[in-house]
Amino acid sequence: MVSNQERSPLLVMDRIAKRFGATLALREVTMEAFGGETVALIGENGAGKSTLMKVLAGAHAPDSGSLQLHGRPFQPSRPVDARRAGVAMIYQELNLARDLTIEDNILLGCERSRWGILRRREQREKIRGALALLGYSDLNPQRRVGSLSIGVQQVVEIARALVSDARLMIFDEPTSSLSRHDVRRLFSIIHQLQTQGIAIIYISHFLEEIREIASRYVVLRDGQTAGTGSLAGATDAQIVSLMIGRSVDNLFPSVHHTIGETVLKVSQLDGEKMPKKLSVELRRGEILGLFGLIGAGRTETLRCLFGLDRVVQGSVALNNRLVGPSPKESIRAGLGLVSEDRKGEGLAQKLSIADNLTLPSIKRYSLGGLLRLRNRRIEVDKWMTRLSIKARDCEQAIGQLSGGNQQKVAIARVLHQDAEVLLLDEPTRGIDVGTKAEIYRWMGELARDGKSIIFVSSYLPELLAVCDTIGVMSRGKLREVRRASDWTESDVLSVAIVSEDNGD
Amino acid sequence: MNSSSLDDIPKTSGFLSSVRIWLERLGPLLALVLVTAGFAIADQVWGQGRFIEIRNLRVVLVFTAPVAVAALGMTLIIMTGGIDLSAGTASMLCATVLACTLNSDFPVSLAVLAAVGTGAFCGSLNGLFIGVLGIPPFIVTLGSMTIYLGIAKHLANSSTVFVDRQRIPEWMSTFTSTSPPHWIGWFPSIPNGVWFALLISVLVAIVLSLTVFGRHVLAVGSNEATARLCGVNVFRTKLVVYALAGMLFGIAGLYSFSLLRMANPGEGIGKELKFIAAVVIGGGSLSGGRGSVLGTLAGATIMGVISSGCDQLGVANATQDIMIGVIIIAAVSIDRFRSRKQD
Repeated sequence: MVSNQERSPLLVMDRIAKRFGATLALREVTMEAFGGETVALIGENGAGKSTLMKVLAGAHAPDSGSLQLHGRPFQPSRPVDARRAGVAMIYQELNLARDLTIEDNILLGCERSRWGILRRREQREKIRGALALLGYSDLNPQRRVGSLSIGVQQVVEIARALVSDARLMIFDEPTSSLSRHDVRRLFSIIHQLQTQGIAIIYISHFLEEIREIASRYVVLRDGQTAGTGSLAGATDAQIVSLMIGRSVDNLFPSVHHTIGETVLKVSQLDGEKMPKKLSVELRRGEILGLFGLIGAGRTETLRCLFGLDRVVQGSVALNNRLVGPSPKESIRAGLGLVSEDRKGEGLAQKLSIADNLTLPSIKRYSLGGLLRLRNRRIEVDKWMTRLSIKARDCEQAIGQLSGGNQQKVAIARVLHQDAEVLLLDEPTRGIDVGTKAEIYRWMGELARDGKSIIFVSSYLPELLAVCDTIGVMSRGKLREVRRASDWTESDVLSVAIVSEDNGD
Repeated sequence: MNSSSLDDIPKTSGFLSSVRIWLERLGPLLALVLVTAGFAIADQVWGQGRFIEIRNLRVVLVFTAPVAVAALGMTLIIMTGGIDLSAGTASMLCATVLACTLNSDFPVSLAVLAAVGTGAFCGSLNGLFIGVLGIPPFIVTLGSMTIYLGIAKHLANSSTVFVDRQRIPEWMSTFTSTSPPHWIGWFPSIPNGVWFALLISVLVAIVLSLTVFGRHVLAVGSNEATARLCGVNVFRTKLVVYALAGMLFGIAGLYSFSLLRMANPGEGIGKELKFIAAVVIGGGSLSGGRGSVLGTLAGATIMGVISSGCDQLGVANATQDIMIGVIIIAAVSIDRFRSRKQD
């Protein structure tokens, strides 16, 4: 193989910056990709990886900085520009039309026609060639994509990129939904693509995978290039420290609280896909953090626990009483869930603050079948003052509030329903620093008042600072629970990165 | 820890925004006033000036009442994000049941109960299929629309069921009387059917705004996932909504029987679109979470006014259809425009 010094890079991204409102998603990112080489893009959730890739794919325009492709300036303003220039994204969620055939999917958007009639024959050869190159020469292009396994669907997506003459392919967490067998196959495909001179950017959390497939790495942190180099010359610990590398200020107000007897007991909980045989205990006044990478099954665990997702096996007991597997039963028993998806699930954007806040416990205001709206308003006003929710009044629609204020309403709801155990799924995601600090303080105060909390987060520093105990999940299993003071950041990450099922 | 940034504070001031909220609520009513005034003027200029007569307005109300009652049922369904295409044929099935039971010498009260019960049953069936099998409401009710039509035709032996005058009780035949009003002091008499429709409207409005069930309907319509998260039994809420709406469709069937003193199953075809139109003109959103009793009443009345006004002016039936179509599209466009400006 020719060494990089002797060749000019296929892609150069130079000092790219991108701002969304008040948040600076990318400040100064510089990276290169060479033909015939795989470069790994690494970083914590929210480090700016996907924003960077969206800039490359033409979905976002950068505020400053420049892109060069094949040595020429490259300014994609729409996704189709990037595709025409030979840049192809293989997304986590596959972008295929399930009801179309393999052939139709591959040709979608670049159909050749004469007088409006499709001319398939010319392109059919190319499709067969692409599938053969990927080792699927016996796959019938007339099959419906929906009938294929996820792994083979991914092959179709790669074939689509090949047919459109892509010279740069970006794989975004490609193995997160693949079986081990499919991962092996994908890697041999990527090697095959490299020999064709295609440049590959491979985004993943799993260091083992990265070491196997890539030769160089680029670490992003807080929207900046934190480090770059050859994988052969870097230890895991070095890479992890590049990923974290930040000081934790006094962002985390601590409230003294004591831990009592066991309140919640989860045994052998099995969900449809995740969690797998998950057992955990939570004590009164305890804040238990759950860490894991995207796709580790933390959200699924909370949803199963709360009865929102189907429980295949296992049980949840609160104060030694079994909790029925439905949200209604869970709420009645004293569980409260704050959803990670504030817009789609957590809050009804069109409804008012009052309606959202009181929905689970609306019966409280019903007298002889009629709602006492005045009592409700007084109560809602009280919560709005207590959590300093800024709004016109309690009848304002949720959708008009800022993210931080919306999250406060979601939290006020579980407090108002008087939950004993709070399940908080990414409660600080996408909100301002001030509100974050307020939420940390409430969590401490709630624990002091005898409530128990499970706190799911992808942001390790906040877990280490706020929690009493931390459990780490990977691939649907709870791997290890320790006291927070017994964990270090690199310990947590090395457990979270475990990608194999070590015998169990 | 300075979290109180300026952009947290809502931009509109309290007074202006509450004026806007009221304008929004009264929008359809305003449209009704405009349409009525337009026809009154046109009729004074080109027509015989009969449109604005009390007698004619009374007829408009009588013909609007059944549409309004059924449209209220449709409002409930549309607020949950659903739709009921079987409303028209179900309501005529109820009318057919009423006619047949009266002909078979059942007591009147039992006949009415059977008719309304049939409506509730039809609605529950829709709700069950939607909830249990998870089939979209559009498809389920597309199917049940022809099923209910077929059952009604069976009952009616594929023709119209006539009922002897003496078998129909006095109250039922005057329920929707269109004869000239007599005067009670300064006030013209209004048939009971219109009063009854108003009573139902008040009840539905109370249920929607002042009961737990009403909040659940609104929550399911604006975001089903949120409702589920908050422990709302989404399936049961929808089932009750479809059953309640079915009862209202049954009552609408009673009106139409009272007007014509016969039941013709085929007449139900296409009526559902009229009900849906009333809801949409009244500001209901087919994606759920929005709709109001006042709006729907205004919507139904606007359609009644247009058809009566056109009759008075001698405008062809075909033109009326075009006008109603234009009004539907205009209503939704204005609504879109307004909500876009808010974002």
